[in-house]
Amino acid sequence: MDIFLQQIINGLVQGSIYALVALGYTMVYGIMGLINFAHGEVVMIGALVSITVTSTLAAAGMPIGLAGLFGLVAAILVCMALGWSLERIAYRPLRGSPRLTPLITAIGMSIVLQNLAMIIWGRNYLTFPPLLPKVNFEVAGAHFTLVQVAIVLLSAAMMSGLVFLVYRTKLGMAMRATAQNPAVASLMGVNINRVIAAAFVVGSALAAVAGVMVGSYYEIAHYQMGFMLGLKAFTAAVLGGIGNLAGAMAGGVLLGVIEALGAGYIGDLTGGFLGSHYQDIFAFVVLIGVLMFKPSGLFGEKTGDRA
Amino acid sequence: MSDILLEAKAVAKHFGGVKALQDVSLAIRRGEIYGLIGPNGAGKTTFFNCMTGLYIPDGGGFVFDGQPLKADAPDRAAERGIARTFQNIRLFGNMTALENVMVGRHVRTKAGVFGAMLMNAATRAEEAAIRQRAIDLLHYVDIADRADDLAKNLSYGDQRRLEIARALATEPKLLCLDEPAAGMNATETEELRVLIEGIRKDGTTVLLIEHDVKLVMGLCDRVAVLDYGALVIEDVPAVVQKDQRVIEAYLGA
Amino acid sequence: MKNWLNPKSMTGIALIAIALIVLPHVVGMGGQAWVRILNFAILYVFLALGLNIVVGFAGLLDLGYIAFYAVGAYTWALLASPHFGLHFPLWAILPIGALMACVFGVLLGSPTLKLRGDYLAIVTLGFGEIIRIFLNNLNSPVNITNGPQGITLIDPVKIGDFSFSGTTQIFGFALSGPQKYYYLLVALAILVIIINVRLQHSRIGRAWQAIREDEIAAKAVGINTRNIKLLAFAMGASFGGIAGGIFSAMQGFVSPESFSLIESIMVLAMVVLGGMGHIPGVILGAVLLTFLPEVLRYAVGPVQMALFGKILIDPESLRMLIFGLALVLVMRFKPAGLWPSPERSRELSDKPVEAVK
Repeated sequence: MDIFLQQIINGLVQGSIYALVALGYTMVYGIMGLINFAHGEVVMIGALVSITVTSTLAAAGMPIGLAGLFGLVAAILVCMALGWSLERIAYRPLRGSPRLTPLITAIGMSIVLQNLAMIIWGRNYLTFPPLLPKVNFEVAGAHFTLVQVAIVLLSAAMMSGLVFLVYRTKLGMAMRATAQNPAVASLMGVNINRVIAAAFVVGSALAAVAGVMVGSYYEIAHYQMGFMLGLKAFTAAVLGGIGNLAGAMAGGVLLGVIEALGAGYIGDLTGGFLGSHYQDIFAFVVLIGVLMFKPSGLFGEKTGDRA
Repeated sequence: MSDILLEAKAVAKHFGGVKALQDVSLAIRRGEIYGLIGPNGAGKTTFFNCMTGLYIPDGGGFVFDGQPLKADAPDRAAERGIARTFQNIRLFGNMTALENVMVGRHVRTKAGVFGAMLMNAATRAEEAAIRQRAIDLLHYVDIADRADDLAKNLSYGDQRRLEIARALATEPKLLCLDEPAAGMNATETEELRVLIEGIRKDGTTVLLIEHDVKLVMGLCDRVAVLDYGALVIEDVPAVVQKDQRVIEAYLGA
Repeated sequence: MKNWLNPKSMTGIALIAIALIVLPHVVGMGGQAWVRILNFAILYVFLALGLNIVVGFAGLLDLGYIAFYAVGAYTWALLASPHFGLHFPLWAILPIGALMACVFGVLLGSPTLKLRGDYLAIVTLGFGEIIRIFLNNLNSPVNITNGPQGITLIDPVKIGDFSFSGTTQIFGFALSGPQKYYYLLVALAILVIIINVRLQHSRIGRAWQAIREDEIAAKAVGINTRNIKLLAFAMGASFGGIAGGIFSAMQGFVSPESFSLIESIMVLAMVVLGGMGHIPGVILGAVLLTFLPEVLRYAVGPVQMALFGKILIDPESLRMLIFGLALVLVMRFKPAGLWPSPERSRELSDKPVEAVK
């Protein structure tokens, strides 16, 4: 049973990272119907910026905790600027063009960002400085670390902040209105451009935090780390019902847990035929399974066609 | 062969708490022009959508041409011989007028991918027949001169006509028109009246949903009135026009 | 299309034919590597036209198309290599490969084609990844795919005794392996182009376009949209399967690495960048996107040397950077693609500017 508990804990940690990234996808999709393929790269840039800032400051003699905080803030600021520029430069000119046009742009931006990162940070794995002391806890035979606790708590805090923003502020109301019907929202005086830009900026801030989390969890970062993570997070968003904030969070956590359990048990389930290196297929198998029975995701509203 | 072409049996449909249709039963006879009228939101289009398979009724069902109609299968309905137009015109905007009508022939033709790849004699003959039939239909609704224009560039009245031609291309037994006169001026409405009468004369039964009460009363053999999702009356225009309940429904009493 | 027999278009066709015949010899002067790149360009034309049926004609967004290419490639590799000791002939494996890919297409398509566009995109993407992960790991406990090492020594294409690998003397001409494959690929590509054109202007092609335009109206005129979409999926998949088989034979080697997500994305980019649904545009897109990264590979280093006297930026990342930028810029300034069909460009210019889908 302790394997079970252990995998649940690991899954929760991974899942809360997915959830943070998934929120960025779902906000942008909900408001403008775009799969922002470059979002995973924003996570990667966040991780790499925070490494550079943290290590530089730590090398200059700053205590590691404080340096890490500066690194996190720097990552958030850089990513917010990046998200804003992405929308402003790449996507905004394409509004009203065929549906696939912005998708190709997003793919192009993803390639650009990856290679830009490779030029700046090189093609090697970078070691992430340990931001928190290595403390281990044990509950009922399952182990977890301080970093894991911090990740779960921090994502919970970020998500609560986002929920507050979306449901309790004027900007949030404008976002929800735009997601419902941009034309009407705009007639009601909502500045659509501002709302879309805000979705990108907020999503990118979450992505930056997720990037720092992934980095400190696995203790490495790399220019290619964003792609698969982004893909999984997008899968999580679709799983929960894209465009739906609660769905993205639930989808993220669920995906993390399913993956962890799947990786832990697939050997037993298939009599040793399939091993834990099949971990990556769970995300997609679960996705296909869920969509077959619930075509708009677990928490998505039914979008029936109307005559 | 029964005299009844389409029979609705206690059709019910609700959206959440709203009862859009409450046990509506009516019967359309072969060869007639049948009008379905009612105030806004009375459930006319909902009835249409249930009949043509876009909605699944929550209760009751339809018998068409002696056989029950399968719910939730618009393509099957078309195959059985029910064609329709849409209240808010749904053409294939980036296809030409001619191509729109040719698509209407889909259900009565059968060339598959292998035929298309090989372009054998049978496929070529079928393709030529499709094209010829489509041209004939464009002439029939009098917009043959616009054959090569994209559907979305046609005038409003011509788009209505094109939609009728596309529906006729499926060789329907029952043609259902959803507010075909909406947005038309008096001349266009009169032309439409002539067209619908012609269609009936050529052997197609017509079901007409319309707001223009004058058009319906002048054109239809029988009329049904819906109000709040329920059938108020089904009779010849002369009777319907004098019915107190109908007058109240329309005056909003 | 009707009067292509007139002298003017006959001359045009003759000129194109001569150009196509001479091309590999001209390109070959820069080394056989360039002929190989040329062959890949044609293979990608093949693939892009297959995907064009799905995305361009039927309007279904498929982000896992390369999976069908992989199925075709591995079918050939397993049936014609020492790995299982099987050496099936061409006339047997190519149809089997197409059929296998088609079966996978139907298996994936039948439960998922009712999904909305973007959901379908992510499901196909996931499917592509699943196939790749299986190819990577199906080497134990039973060795089927030989895992990440891939399968080597795959039989080349052979028609009778004529092998497409190695150099042959024909009428005193020395034809290299890649040059022979070139002619085979050109012949196949022409066939695929003809099939594409015919499909587009057929009853099925019209049904695809109708579904793309308005699915509800398409159903209302009696089109069984589910089957017709599935047909597009199956057709696209079969083309992918055939292309995969040829790829396998031409390379003599396959490994899962060749079938990563980025490949699916590249093929999609070819279709969209060229001009979705427009056959000449798709061909242009495929050729451009194959050659651009290769040309950049050779140009980026020397240009830096000439300008700055040293290599400032790693050429490999610089070339991909430029490639990514090119995608972004083309979409910015030619949103309907470089060579869209006349209808598509009108479609775009008529549309009012709106904030969303």
